[in-house]
Amino acid sequence: MSEPIVALYIFVLACFIGYWVIWGVTPSLHTPLIALTNAISGIVIIGAILVVGADGASQSVQIIGFVAVLLASINIFGGFMVTHRMLAMFKKKKSEPRA
Amino acid sequence: MTLSIQGISLFYLISAALFIFGLKGLTHPTSARHGNLYAMAAMVIAIGATLFHPAVKNYTFIVAGLLGGAVIGTIIALRIRMTAMPQLVAALHSFVGFTAVLVAIGAYLNLGSAHAPSPVLLSELFVGSIIGALTATGSAIAFSKLQAILPGRPLLLPQRHALHLILTLCMLGLGVHFIMYGHVASLLLATLIALTLGVLLILPIGGADMPVVVSLLNSYSGWAAAATGFTLGNYLLIIVGAIVGFSGGILSFIMSRSMNRSIVSIMLGGFGAGTSATETPMAAASDRGIKSAAVEDAVFLLSNANKVIIVPGYGMAVAQAQHALKELSEILGHKGVEVQFAIHPVAGRMPGHMNVLLAEADVPYEQVLEMDEINPEFARADVVLIVGANDVTNPAAKNDASSPIYGMPILEVSKAKHIFFVKRSMKPGYSGVDNLLFNNENCSLVFGDAKTICEQMAAELKLAA
Repeated sequence: MSEPIVALYIFVLACFIGYWVIWGVTPSLHTPLIALTNAISGIVIIGAILVVGADGASQSVQIIGFVAVLLASINIFGGFMVTHRMLAMFKKKKSEPRA
Repeated sequence: MTLSIQGISLFYLISAALFIFGLKGLTHPTSARHGNLYAMAAMVIAIGATLFHPAVKNYTFIVAGLLGGAVIGTIIALRIRMTAMPQLVAALHSFVGFTAVLVAIGAYLNLGSAHAPSPVLLSELFVGSIIGALTATGSAIAFSKLQAILPGRPLLLPQRHALHLILTLCMLGLGVHFIMYGHVASLLLATLIALTLGVLLILPIGGADMPVVVSLLNSYSGWAAAATGFTLGNYLLIIVGAIVGFSGGILSFIMSRSMNRSIVSIMLGGFGAGTSATETPMAAASDRGIKSAAVEDAVFLLSNANKVIIVPGYGMAVAQAQHALKELSEILGHKGVEVQFAIHPVAGRMPGHMNVLLAEADVPYEQVLEMDEINPEFARADVVLIVGANDVTNPAAKNDASSPIYGMPILEVSKAKHIFFVKRSMKPGYSGVDNLLFNNENCSLVFGDAKTICEQMAAELKLAA
């Protein structure tokens, strides 16, 4: 199989995983789910790193890549932190009050 | 030090598995925090492994970008108010979109002139760039609407469907040209058109449909990441992007089903444009039959009730009434009244928004029930208190086939003995439809600001104790 076809296989199988995993998420956690998947989609930072770090990257590519890394990084840190903040609020009855 | 490509692939595999475990953790509030930690670990592994990629030679910009993002992202996340969560999410989706565009363009420029890129690669670059562009500006517009920089009502251009079609065809034509000849100009121009389309597609969508829009853009941001993965031949990006894309897609589906509307009709926009200003006979009738009540009347019935169900809506968030409501529910709880909160799937401006706001106010999550769980309970409830919700309680959705919201599943509040509807004015909800509930014998309106009313109720209840 050529590489694009392998990629397509992986893509389609991952869609199935997404389908089954996400249907299990309880509706009360849909906002944290969106925040978390948002942080996770910051994974494009890998692409940004590979672009900006490449040996032959011209100055314009470096600037483009820097902005890309910055935006993705805001997304990752902001997304994970805010998800953490939200999830910390979901408590059972009569648990210790949050500090 | 560099890792081999094989080694990095293994780390990526571990990362992908951890991401899946992380999302799986969100099936229940008790496991959710661990889920988030798994996902964080997955991200650390993925970024860490990439930093040791043999192709990565220059670290200055990477480190600067990472650190800058860490500082900005953390500050934003710690400061943001929970009511503003939809805006934050929209803004972050926009960032993912822009990143995808920049990566596609950067990757193209990095190709150099060494060897002609294959049509497959060029088409992947094209798709990555336009999905990223649509996500970027679409989310930016959604952000502006949620932040009230732009009006929430639909902004309708004349002939917009034709305009969208022409732009889409131009964009695809440029795409074909780019794939055939590989000119960077056609890629940039197509991206520009996609950026414009992102704006034009979201402008006509009204505020009430925002839960669907936020979910859809969530989905797009995933597809943008997956497309970037195809461009770079990076399987981790493909896996993660596909899962995120599906996640947003499923949420959009759940949301649109909860409004009994198709995603297509929502995306075409125009709902809730407020053209229903002409008074219908129904509205005239409702003008006559409406009862209003004082806070004291509500307090009397609340304190004598066995079971109270509170229905919060976006108006509660706007008025910041969640803490007052929590106090009210606690006082009632101490008096031995059973209190539950009923959440409609599309309450608020994003899926699950009400749950987060109630959690922020320290309402235990067992007390907060979804529509399917709570609907059979209304018949046993002595008092229903509706705060800032409207359309989701409107019996017209069940009884009036001519109503624009007909067929939407609603919270069946009318089965309760008494209904108190806290409301600022007689303005209809986002759908622009009058609430037939007000004509019901057992429904009384309490006029005033949601927060003030709830605080008054709590104070009166304390006195009565």
